[in-house]
Amino acid sequence: MSILSVQNVSVSYDKVEAVRDVSLSIDEGRIVTVIGPNGAGKTTLMLAIIGLLRSKGNIYYHGESLSRFDVEDRVGRGLCLVPERRELFHDMSVFDNLLLGGYGLRDRSRLKSNMEKVFDRFPRLRERSKQLAGTLSGGERQMLALGRALMSDPKLLLLDEPSLGLAPLIVREIFKTIASLREAGVSILLVEQNARAALETADYGYVLETGEIVQSGPAADLIRDDKLIETYLGGR
Amino acid sequence: MTSDIAAILGIDGIATGAIYILVAIGTVLIFTVTRVIFIPFGDIAAFTALTLAALDMGQVPGTIGLVAVLACIAATMEVFGLVRRQEFRKIPIALLYYLVLPLLIVLAVWALIPLAPPLPVRIAMALILIMPISPLLDRIVFRPVADGSVLLLLIISVALHFALVGLGLLFFGPEGVRTEPLTSMSIDIGGIMISGQNILILVAAIAFSGGLLLFFDFTLIGKALRATAINRTGARLMGIRPTRAGTVAYLLGSLMAGVSGVLIAPVNTIFYDSGFLLGLKAFVGAIIGGLASYPGTALGALFVGVLESFASFYNSAFKDVIVFSLLIPILLWRSFTVIHSEEESEE
Amino acid sequence: MKQSQIYLIATAAVLCVAGAPFVLSAFSLTLLNFIGIYSLVAIGLVLVTGVTGIVSFGQAAFVGIAAYATAWATALNGYSPWLGLLLGVVLTCSVAGLLGLLTLRLKGHFLSLSTIAWGLAISYLFGNVPWLGQHNGISSVPPISIGSFKLMESWQIYYLIWAFVVAAVILAYNLLNSRVGRAMRTLRGGDTLVESLGIDAFRIKLISFIVAALPAAVSGWLYAHLSRFVSPAPFEAGMSIEYLMMAMIGGHGSIIGAIVGAAFVTLMKNSIQDYLPLLVKGASGQLEIVAFAALFILFLQRARQGVVPYVRKYLPRPIPVTPPKAAELSRRTQPAPGTVLLDASQAERRFGGLVAVNQVSFDVRSGEILGLIGPNGAGKTTMFNLLTGALKLSAGDIAFAGKSVTDRRQYQIAQSGVARTFQHVKLRPNMTLIENVMLGTYPRTKTGFFRGAFRLNTDEEASAFHEALFQLRRVGLGDKPYELAGNLSLGSQRVLEIARALAADPILLVLDEPAAGLRRQEKQQLAELLRSLRSENLTILLVEHDMEFVMGLVDRIVVMDFGSKICEGVPKDVRNDARVQEAYLGAVA
Repeated sequence: MSILSVQNVSVSYDKVEAVRDVSLSIDEGRIVTVIGPNGAGKTTLMLAIIGLLRSKGNIYYHGESLSRFDVEDRVGRGLCLVPERRELFHDMSVFDNLLLGGYGLRDRSRLKSNMEKVFDRFPRLRERSKQLAGTLSGGERQMLALGRALMSDPKLLLLDEPSLGLAPLIVREIFKTIASLREAGVSILLVEQNARAALETADYGYVLETGEIVQSGPAADLIRDDKLIETYLGGR
Repeated sequence: MTSDIAAILGIDGIATGAIYILVAIGTVLIFTVTRVIFIPFGDIAAFTALTLAALDMGQVPGTIGLVAVLACIAATMEVFGLVRRQEFRKIPIALLYYLVLPLLIVLAVWALIPLAPPLPVRIAMALILIMPISPLLDRIVFRPVADGSVLLLLIISVALHFALVGLGLLFFGPEGVRTEPLTSMSIDIGGIMISGQNILILVAAIAFSGGLLLFFDFTLIGKALRATAINRTGARLMGIRPTRAGTVAYLLGSLMAGVSGVLIAPVNTIFYDSGFLLGLKAFVGAIIGGLASYPGTALGALFVGVLESFASFYNSAFKDVIVFSLLIPILLWRSFTVIHSEEESEE
Repeated sequence: MKQSQIYLIATAAVLCVAGAPFVLSAFSLTLLNFIGIYSLVAIGLVLVTGVTGIVSFGQAAFVGIAAYATAWATALNGYSPWLGLLLGVVLTCSVAGLLGLLTLRLKGHFLSLSTIAWGLAISYLFGNVPWLGQHNGISSVPPISIGSFKLMESWQIYYLIWAFVVAAVILAYNLLNSRVGRAMRTLRGGDTLVESLGIDAFRIKLISFIVAALPAAVSGWLYAHLSRFVSPAPFEAGMSIEYLMMAMIGGHGSIIGAIVGAAFVTLMKNSIQDYLPLLVKGASGQLEIVAFAALFILFLQRARQGVVPYVRKYLPRPIPVTPPKAAELSRRTQPAPGTVLLDASQAERRFGGLVAVNQVSFDVRSGEILGLIGPNGAGKTTMFNLLTGALKLSAGDIAFAGKSVTDRRQYQIAQSGVARTFQHVKLRPNMTLIENVMLGTYPRTKTGFFRGAFRLNTDEEASAFHEALFQLRRVGLGDKPYELAGNLSLGSQRVLEIARALAADPILLVLDEPAAGLRRQEKQQLAELLRSLRSENLTILLVEHDMEFVMGLVDRIVVMDFGSKICEGVPKDVRNDARVQEAYLGAVA
């Protein structure tokens, strides 16, 4: 049973079509990645799935069409986007950022236990819980963005370029976290330029070029594909 | 000028400034949460004073009709929108919030009038009657263009102010009112008499702005409001509805403006159109605070009050010219200190 | 529509205006007089608000300054109304210039708020200055006289009013289609775009602001002598809103729209006054403003485009006239190949505690294509903004053609020969391809506001046109110069930006991620174009993400990561560099 099924989705800005006729699906508990060059439409696709951009075509979540739901409804149903720009609340503390991550929780008592879980996962955030989010380093910001997303007990996590602008050591840490989330039963759609890391973590992969899916397959196969290696993985 | 006169002018100025603080803080709150520069807050304050005056005389205030009309328009728009989007399940909730609740308030106030309740109750009645106005106006006027530029929202806001002035005349009539003083006591500090009214104004300003800060710091909804102000997209991604946050902000802002109206009504004669200057001067204070910082706004509003007080002593005809001319150097100074992203208006 | 047909329609319109007094009643004529007077203000507002995007809430104050000036000169001091006109115009434009100098550096809504402030301050001044009659105003303003002939009757001043309106329309139209006008129309695209074209954005704003005050002053003068009386009320904030309404209802940036808007608002106001009391019993005059404001809000919510652009959609588009061949614009001599053009030494930029660019040094030599690459977030864009002057350096230095860029404004750097494109294409979607490219010729041409308005610029305009056409052909877009830029595909839009940059006759072309979002074939064409430009000795700096695109094209590569330069060299060496593999190509153990 797929948790998310995107069918023939197109998104245009004015007259320019940024995403054209894209279809993909994510099975429950899996990590699926979309790789591709800058400007291929990866972020646009993510924004369409969460509902920040209007799109043509159908998006089904647990078999239910999302077309009539706005962003907040989708978030309430367990989708959660960690956007490329993180979109943290810079003038608020790490603690408050996390707290707001759990804004939609019906059961407010989970705020505390979820916060503990996030702190256990990212001890660095516990140390800095009083600090303003705007004063964090790039890696810490990404941890906070991830942690904030986890506060809401998401069923499907949409991660847009989680490794963007991070040092290799931290990238490794972030991807370890992503892999461990699968163990916790969260399904993940991962958009990445860091193709190798993404394919090593994911179960299945799609390649997006100029708004269209040009290739797809199990991640283990894609990572050995000669053409992909040449274009995205920087030779052998 | 003797030091006595200076002291009296200073105290007067601080009291005036405290009134501006209440309106100014509401303006900043609305702007940060909804990006609307809500010029009509002054009108809301004036309407509160007029409502209270009518209640004092045992008359039915025009506000009752105004709220009822606005509620009907807003409910119609909301239901119409929901039907068009085929979200039928949301209609009952929409009717509850946009029609039933405002009408309940109207009915409750209307039923209480003949009982001639005591002053504190009348004040509460005036405030609760005034509070739905701006959220309803938000629904009717601003929400259809919520994604517009700050400038577009500003133009609409200015137009709305003129509509409200006209409605004010229609619903309240042309007569000015002055309500009975809230207190007649006064105290003597170092040979200078300070009226109880002025002290009350100051206390109310401190209490309400302090209360707002506590609300921001200690409640999840208060934090959600701040989050919306800081990063709208981020807030939406957490499931915080900017429209709902906006409604809360409008309610709180109206409360502050309403309180200022109650406080100013015994001091100045209030007409249906008195709100404009009140609102704009508070607004000058808000701009001194960069339309962002609450302490800055409070200081700015106080400064405007004191400046106006001294200006009217030297040349009362030019006090408004002086206050508004002041805005230009302030804006210049602000433009060098506040970093704002370039807003590009594309057609 | 052909040009001749347009002239025919315009002539017919002028004849209709001229014939109106013979058929219309005195009352209608009075209405037309007011429509004309309001149109003048609205035309100014269309220029400043509709075209350049500076929303002014204070235009009524400008009208007031001129009205009071002429009333003071004629009624109180007995001078001729024509002297009153001179005084009114000079005074209004000086005040506008002064206010503009003070406030036009403000951004967005802060600027508009300042217009509310001075608009109010000026209108309060009218009511409080003793020698301007305070709230009673100034009465017995004499009529305008031409020689000894006094314009007493309303049809007499009618011709004067509409002569001014027609003149204002023609001048404004000429201005908008001139060099300065194109710059004005570009301001809405943002200061960064304008300055990147070598245009001083502040100067253009100031000019627009003063130009907008000019017809307002004439309007105030006419108003004073038409009603023979001035008082503060018509120049208060409420009237400013009505003027704004006229300009916006008529249509976004449409000159004719100003007249349509003025007519619409005046007639509507008139009919509301007539019919509202019938509909609502005992309705006071104030209900008028409620209805009015409500309609305006409804208009802003539903039909922001305005009347004229809506109608224009159904009219045939005018067939453009290609200007005759003209002398070529002068060209720069490109520096000898191999000389150092751009020299960054220890360039550094911090944002708060974050170091976005950390002591980066490299140079660009004449005649080469240099690629600046690195993963997202590596500081490429910041570096780019430092080079073009969009951002200031925190430390270090960048020199272009031997001169430091640190103390120069963005447009000055552009004028000295750096032309750029944008990662997120910045074109004027509602301008034609040729107009977009002609923008690039701005620093190479000289026509000012005055020559533009009076069309004394046809030679230079033709030269600029043919230069733009040449550049369009050079990049392969020469077949449809009158297409609107917004109708192009993303790939063509990127190429159009390059044409615009080339029209500036640059020494250094700086391209920000030109391949992003392009199809494979479009990328190949782009690479081909860049190669051919290099063969013509143009120097190109390419900030790019797409490895494949860069590797096959550039002569040298500078690689950045985490704000620092990690490697520099020819493509082959860079590809094999271990640090580049690690940082850029995403090796995760």
